[in-house]
Amino acid sequence: MKDTHAYHIDGAVPETPENRPGPETWRETTVVGTRQPRVDAYERVSGTAVFPHDVSLPDMLHGAVLRCPYAHANVLSIDTSEAEKMPGVQAVITADTPGADMPWYQRRDKAYGRLFDKHCRHEGEEVAAVAAETPLQAADALRAIKVEYEELPFVINDDEALAPDAPPVQDGGNLAGEPSVRERGDVAAGFAEADVIVERTYKTPCQIHAPMEPHGSVAKWDGNRLTVWDSTQGVFSIQETLSRALGLPMSNVRVIGHYMGGGFGAKLETGKYTVFAALMARITGRPVKLFLPREDCFIVTGNRPANTMTIKLGARSDGTLTAMEYTSLGSNGAYRYNAATSTMAAYLYQCPNIRTEDTTVYTNTGKARPMRAPGFPQCAWSLEQAMDELAAKLKIEPVAFRLQNLPEKAQVRDGMPYTSNQLAACLQRGAEAFGWEEARKKKPTEGHLRRGVGAAASFWVYSGGPPSTVIVKLYSDGSVNINMGASDIGTGTKTWAAMIVAEELGVAIDRIQLEHADTATTQYATSSGGSKTVPSDSPAVLAAAVEVKKQLLRYAAEQLEVSVEDLELRNSEVVSRTDPEKKVAVTDIERLGRQGVVIGTGYRDPNPEGKVTWPFAAQFCEVEVNVRTGELRLVRFLGAHDSGRVLNRLTFDNQVFGGITMGVGFGLIEERVLDQQTGAMVNANFHDYKIPTMLDVAASHACLPIDHPDHEFNSTGAKGLGEPATIATAAAIGNAVADALGIRVTDAPITPEKLIELLHAQRKEA
Amino acid sequence: MGTNRKGPGEPTKGVTRRGFIGSVSAGAVAAATGVARRGEAVPEITAPGEMVQVALTINGRVHRLLVEPRWTLLFVLRERLAITGTKAGCERGECGSCTVLLDDQPRYACMMLALEAEGAEITTVEGLLDGEELGEVQRAFVEHDGFQCGYCTPGQIMAAEGLLRANSNPSTYEIRHGMSGNLCRCGAYQHIANAVEGAAGIKKAGGK
Repeated sequence: MKDTHAYHIDGAVPETPENRPGPETWRETTVVGTRQPRVDAYERVSGTAVFPHDVSLPDMLHGAVLRCPYAHANVLSIDTSEAEKMPGVQAVITADTPGADMPWYQRRDKAYGRLFDKHCRHEGEEVAAVAAETPLQAADALRAIKVEYEELPFVINDDEALAPDAPPVQDGGNLAGEPSVRERGDVAAGFAEADVIVERTYKTPCQIHAPMEPHGSVAKWDGNRLTVWDSTQGVFSIQETLSRALGLPMSNVRVIGHYMGGGFGAKLETGKYTVFAALMARITGRPVKLFLPREDCFIVTGNRPANTMTIKLGARSDGTLTAMEYTSLGSNGAYRYNAATSTMAAYLYQCPNIRTEDTTVYTNTGKARPMRAPGFPQCAWSLEQAMDELAAKLKIEPVAFRLQNLPEKAQVRDGMPYTSNQLAACLQRGAEAFGWEEARKKKPTEGHLRRGVGAAASFWVYSGGPPSTVIVKLYSDGSVNINMGASDIGTGTKTWAAMIVAEELGVAIDRIQLEHADTATTQYATSSGGSKTVPSDSPAVLAAAVEVKKQLLRYAAEQLEVSVEDLELRNSEVVSRTDPEKKVAVTDIERLGRQGVVIGTGYRDPNPEGKVTWPFAAQFCEVEVNVRTGELRLVRFLGAHDSGRVLNRLTFDNQVFGGITMGVGFGLIEERVLDQQTGAMVNANFHDYKIPTMLDVAASHACLPIDHPDHEFNSTGAKGLGEPATIATAAAIGNAVADALGIRVTDAPITPEKLIELLHAQRKEA
Repeated sequence: MGTNRKGPGEPTKGVTRRGFIGSVSAGAVAAATGVARRGEAVPEITAPGEMVQVALTINGRVHRLLVEPRWTLLFVLRERLAITGTKAGCERGECGSCTVLLDDQPRYACMMLALEAEGAEITTVEGLLDGEELGEVQRAFVEHDGFQCGYCTPGQIMAAEGLLRANSNPSTYEIRHGMSGNLCRCGAYQHIANAVEGAAGIKKAGGK
């Protein structure tokens, strides 16, 4: 499937050694599935967790980056002589610095620009960097650098990018590849068959990731060996980029990312700032810390592109979908990405005749990056509102209408079976838990406060898989060390890993140590993005634990002189099934004592071939709109999620509520605003670019996991959750607003200003 | 320094503008306010990089150090004293990641010069620990999973601590209102609210 554009692995997924034989499926669990506080909670609440932004090394310098203030400009000259003389300044680098002029990559072998590009294609492009004794001295020095720019005409609006006279952002023009088209069946015939058709154009805002920890790194050299602390979602991908950029073997580049303050997709790519820090650390012979100011994070570290989507949907009067036409337009920003949104439209419902078309353009704006379910919340905003509108026209209850059109097989290629699909359960049991039917009946139409309820469904397309390697070590006292490369970006990775080992080996959670996210000392893992860490890495954790267990049983069998098949591990003892008198405590296994440690290595098995392994969700909400002020209050939210087996119910709930919160921002609050005269972002801070606060979300959230282990997919039966949690949210709110007011809001975010205008128009019509 | 010592019954938090101007040089004034008021004697100008003395009481311990007048309390905590529990999120008073208590009130450490904090009891997230034991609010955040990535968490915890010191029995609305100055992009708000409620309970039960 080429739809997995956002979390791309080039070429075929590598084969990993098969686990000898696969772990048994858990029938009952005592640890997995419970509500387990995090294994690193102490560090996170006490202040002892060292985030990359907290790293402070002896003799360390502080870096800062000078950025182009124009949307489109050529750098004609740079004069750094004044800056170099400023107090505390130790290094100033530009494109003219030896070793600093290099190609800049997005993926392997595909250079898309230069580290310092003299052709600045958007506001915020990097022009120079400095390192000084203090951050304020570095900032002072930036102001002393004199740059002569040639301002160029720019284009910042998607719909103007393809005009014949639009200034070209890239040499080949502003169309980023031919529009990608997907066709199934005969769309014209499908619409001819339809009794009811709806068609509308929907718009979604450009959303900024805005993780609370700014982007940045600390770089330190020991001779030709580089150590980098980076706020990243994947240390191994940073290692690879840095080794290429600096011409070092990967073994000379160590990247550490133990704690990191959120990413949401923005911290998958390597930042130019990391290379600047490394270059300046090499020039000065001193460690350099370079973190971006919040304003820069808003402008240059990625976004969810704005999209314009037109959807036409037809159904027979019995409620069967017959045809769909879907077009989507979005912008990369100035460099290559993919602003497509159509995947969910193509596959969520059974529809024999469809045509989708995605167009991505270049504009003189900051480059987009994958953001929590790239393309999917945008698609849901249009598709799920169109489904509700169609249901209303057909006079079918909207949840029933969705249930009626669920596919039996994924409509990928000629139909691929699911390993599991509990979307119907999400809709049905979600509606039941929410009190959907009763809530739909109760609708005050008098007074200034109007209530409404809405629902929306979703799936997520990227599901994880190999490669992943994990090592579990059991020490002679029975305590355990888990060694895995995955980053814990706040999702609770370390905690479920400990829970899986605790389940399998019967070790208490507090006797388990975790080391992770360090390219020098932990096992290779892909980046934590795409909701794939659980399904990619949890089976490897389990396999490693099973490997340890097998060895323990073999050693115990030698010692007890019984067959290994007769033994089982129970409460830290190896016991004979046939003769319970024959047993030995794990810590009394002689060979363990002699060896000091038992080591198990686990690998991620390949995914089943020809099967679709997606997670699913349905979300429900109730809103209250003040028709005098246009203010909208979220009354309550419920997320019903099929993410396979629930590993940790406590963090599962938190993830669902967090995804809903981000979706609330997308649907109600957030929007990047660009100045039309200068092309600059005017709300590049948390005051002007609002993200939800505790007062903006509902006071009541409920999470309903369907908890259906998918063992055909992988050995733990768990699927991803991070992205599914945010896809349906805004669409559910849109549907609730329509239910409350009889107004279909097509342009997100639903602000009070927009609602007041629409209410005014509604009154005028009446 | 010593211009902002608290008199009996005097509700000062930080310094008065006049006392502040009298106590430090214009470099700091310019950094703090941007302009010097007309009619006031213009003090000697501090060159960039010139240091002044300050004594900061942080988590019960007095730190005497030299600072540039323009350094914020946040900068001094993190970069000069390596007390890094307090996080930098925006450094412009918008996100709340750097919330500390000044006396018992939650304040954004990025919006205050280090000089202004002299004379106050500064409490950071580390100051809630009793040895290696977590404080009540910290324990409640663990139990209720009141965080995800953990970056905004010290600020959330200090906001909650300040809220509960001022109001030991907050309503749901008071919790939502009291915590709304602290952003959490992971969106752990529901669990944070649960944790604050839980912390109120633990405090009421005398820390049990």
